Amino acid sequence: MTAATFAVRGTGSRQLAGTGTLLRFALRRDRAMIPIWVGVNALMVLSMPNTLKGLYDTAAQRADLLRQMETNASLRAMTGPVFDDSLGALTAWRAGVYAGALAAVMSLLIVVRHTRDEEESGRQEMISAGMVGRRAPLTAALLTAAVANAVLALLVAGGLAGQGAGGALAFGLGIAGVGMVFATMAAIVAQFTESARLARGLTAGLLGTAFVLRAAGDSATDDGSSVLTWVSPIGWLENLRAFADERWWVLLLFAGAAVVQGAVAYELAGRRDVGMSFLPSRPGPAEGRLATAGALAWRLQRGSVLGWSIGFLLAGVVYGGMTEGAADLVGDNDNAREIFQRMGGQSGLTDAFLAAMVGMLGLVAALYIVASVLRLHGEETSGRAEPVLANSVGRLRWAAGHLFVAFGGSVLLMLLAALGLALGYGKSAGPILAACLVQLPAIWVIGGLAVLLHGVSPRVATAAWGVAGAVLLIGWIGPALDVPQAVLDVSPFGHLPKLPGGEMEWGAVSVLTGVAVVLVGAGLAGLRRRDVISS
Amino acid sequence: MTKAITVSGLHKSFGRTHALDGLDLDVESGEVHGFLGPNGAGKSTTIRVLLGLLRADSGAAQVLGRDPWADAVELHRRIAYVPGDVTLWRNLSGGEVIDLYGRLRGGLDKRRRAELIERFELDPTKKGRTYSKGNRQKVALVAAFASDVDLLILDEPTSGLDPLMEEVFQRCVAEERERGRTILLSSHILSEVEELCDRVSIIRKGRTVETGSLADLRHLTRTSVTAELAGPPNGLSHLPGVHDLDVQGRRVRLQVDTDKLNDVLKSLSDSGVRSLTSTPPTLEELFLRHYQDETGETGEISEVAAR
Repeated sequence: MTAATFAVRGTGSRQLAGTGTLLRFALRRDRAMIPIWVGVNALMVLSMPNTLKGLYDTAAQRADLLRQMETNASLRAMTGPVFDDSLGALTAWRAGVYAGALAAVMSLLIVVRHTRDEEESGRQEMISAGMVGRRAPLTAALLTAAVANAVLALLVAGGLAGQGAGGALAFGLGIAGVGMVFATMAAIVAQFTESARLARGLTAGLLGTAFVLRAAGDSATDDGSSVLTWVSPIGWLENLRAFADERWWVLLLFAGAAVVQGAVAYELAGRRDVGMSFLPSRPGPAEGRLATAGALAWRLQRGSVLGWSIGFLLAGVVYGGMTEGAADLVGDNDNAREIFQRMGGQSGLTDAFLAAMVGMLGLVAALYIVASVLRLHGEETSGRAEPVLANSVGRLRWAAGHLFVAFGGSVLLMLLAALGLALGYGKSAGPILAACLVQLPAIWVIGGLAVLLHGVSPRVATAAWGVAGAVLLIGWIGPALDVPQAVLDVSPFGHLPKLPGGEMEWGAVSVLTGVAVVLVGAGLAGLRRRDVISS
Repeated sequence: MTKAITVSGLHKSFGRTHALDGLDLDVESGEVHGFLGPNGAGKSTTIRVLLGLLRADSGAAQVLGRDPWADAVELHRRIAYVPGDVTLWRNLSGGEVIDLYGRLRGGLDKRRRAELIERFELDPTKKGRTYSKGNRQKVALVAAFASDVDLLILDEPTSGLDPLMEEVFQRCVAEERERGRTILLSSHILSEVEELCDRVSIIRKGRTVETGSLADLRHLTRTSVTAELAGPPNGLSHLPGVHDLDVQGRRVRLQVDTDKLNDVLKSLSDSGVRSLTSTPPTLEELFLRHYQDETGETGEISEVAAR
């Protein structure tokens, strides 16, 4: 063995040198982001017992619910099965899937932010040039995610302890377990891509897959015993059966998966060069065909448009396939029907279910439009917009390219959702299409708000994410939480006609479209007047 | 000669920071104009105003006879810009970016593009993320030199280039000047400035402290003189423009403002000169004097600025 190879190997402890400093640094950088994610998630979970108490007050109502969940595959697909009629078990049933998914999103964002993001921006080089071990950055990122998930577990376990200390602890640990599984999964994905955006997108795609697998498994069986459910980490959370004679050993699945994935990520991280990946970029053309700012915008965004398109089409097919059965179940339960009607309108329950699903997809499309509009912001703050604008390209022309992708892309997504729903449901293509398209004005209002923020006050442009998140929460759990109408009215989605089934309201749709136009116009006017941000 | 750029009394603040505080700048058509100043002096801010990326708070700016803010798009057809820190899209190749910039500027010379890629030894098939700093600069330089424009605005364009490439760059600038193009060159590389620039402007803290040819500027700085005299020196300390006078017996060392050199020589020869060494100011000294913080030099600077 030569001296050189010997020197490269190093000792285990040196590979982790600097981890403590990096961890403190990461927690300092995330001092706003982590409390918000953890707080919103915990609030959602901890508010459940009260809400559910109102909905299912008597023993008869609960027995009713359990019986229905046994017989109805479609509703199980949305929430998973119920294992007991205690308030705790109902909370785990109603909130589990979403709390787990939120913890997973938080964790993957944290890990990618402190690993691939740092390498892609080049900041990692300076960090790694210090007294920092080869595996310290990854360790610090995973520890940061662990801290966030541990706090979340503590809050849930403490807050639900009144429903049964054992169940509360299991549920809290289970949610954190889902988080850590996706944290370590993101750590692996981040070794393979050179771009943080792609790492986030791929891991989110895996999360979506886990979501769909669990949904499919739960619609097939009424006790979570399907293989498909057991393949999905979100399915493990339900199979933990918190508050219903907990299966503590399921926690070992989370621990095992996190350890194995973490070990794989560690092994990969130790074998590659800083800033590089296992999927290196290939050479591109020596001569380009891009000739306009619009073509550039499309080139930069087409990958994410493709990813979102696939997601919307698949989600449409899955929800469409669930529609027939959903109506059966809800038909028997006054309270569940009430929830659906609040989400989806007054008419027939199939229509109400469809309307609720379309509304859900509309909310997610609002996230797309914010991400797409804020590409303008990313281009500007990264310094890439400056040389483009120093060419013979007006600011409006530059913005128009990205806005066309953002607003046109939202139309494409809703068309694909309609196609998917119609394929999955097998009928009423016309009403479904109308329902999907009617979401657009509300999506555009959110997009318009992002344009306004970026155009007028670029320093706070990312607040558009906060707006989209708030609207998503209002739409997602607002109806189930019996939130006052005044709060629901804050969201532009609250003013949309409930299609299919409800009355078309041209007035509301026109007003929202008008608001969106005004917001975009004001944003563009601001963009023309203000200074270009320099990096 | 017509002016390519005229700027007078430009002010620009970012919050409480006054980036530009009454800046003046005149660039003649067809000249290479050096734009110098310490870090944070306001060079890049000025350039961004000239490109219509920032809007000045007050003051007048004209580029090629037009308003850089209002006529930005039309104007940019005739301007090529190279920033000091080129950021590329990670998934676009260098060649794609060169062609995109060219087309966005209204076309570029294919032959010259190929020639420049060869001279700068740039691999145009690599993707943005894989270029080193110097290579990213080359992408922007090729795009700028290959386009048919009247004015090149170069903001520390050679940062990260190796000495060979630095030389290629200097030759390209010289060729552009021969074609009658105007170049505003912001740079910290003094040899580059000395080699290329017809005139220079030095700015500090958002104000212009000096403009002129290098010969003019030299005239304003101090020459070091060491002399051995036949008799004791006489009245040197009373002469205007003499600094750091150090007399040791018949040996004299001093610094003198170059435009007062004649009086000092007269005084020295009155005492009889045995030997004399006179060192003209180096470029470094010239700039350092302007760059240095105004410890005790406040009066001097404002006097110079008022000229």
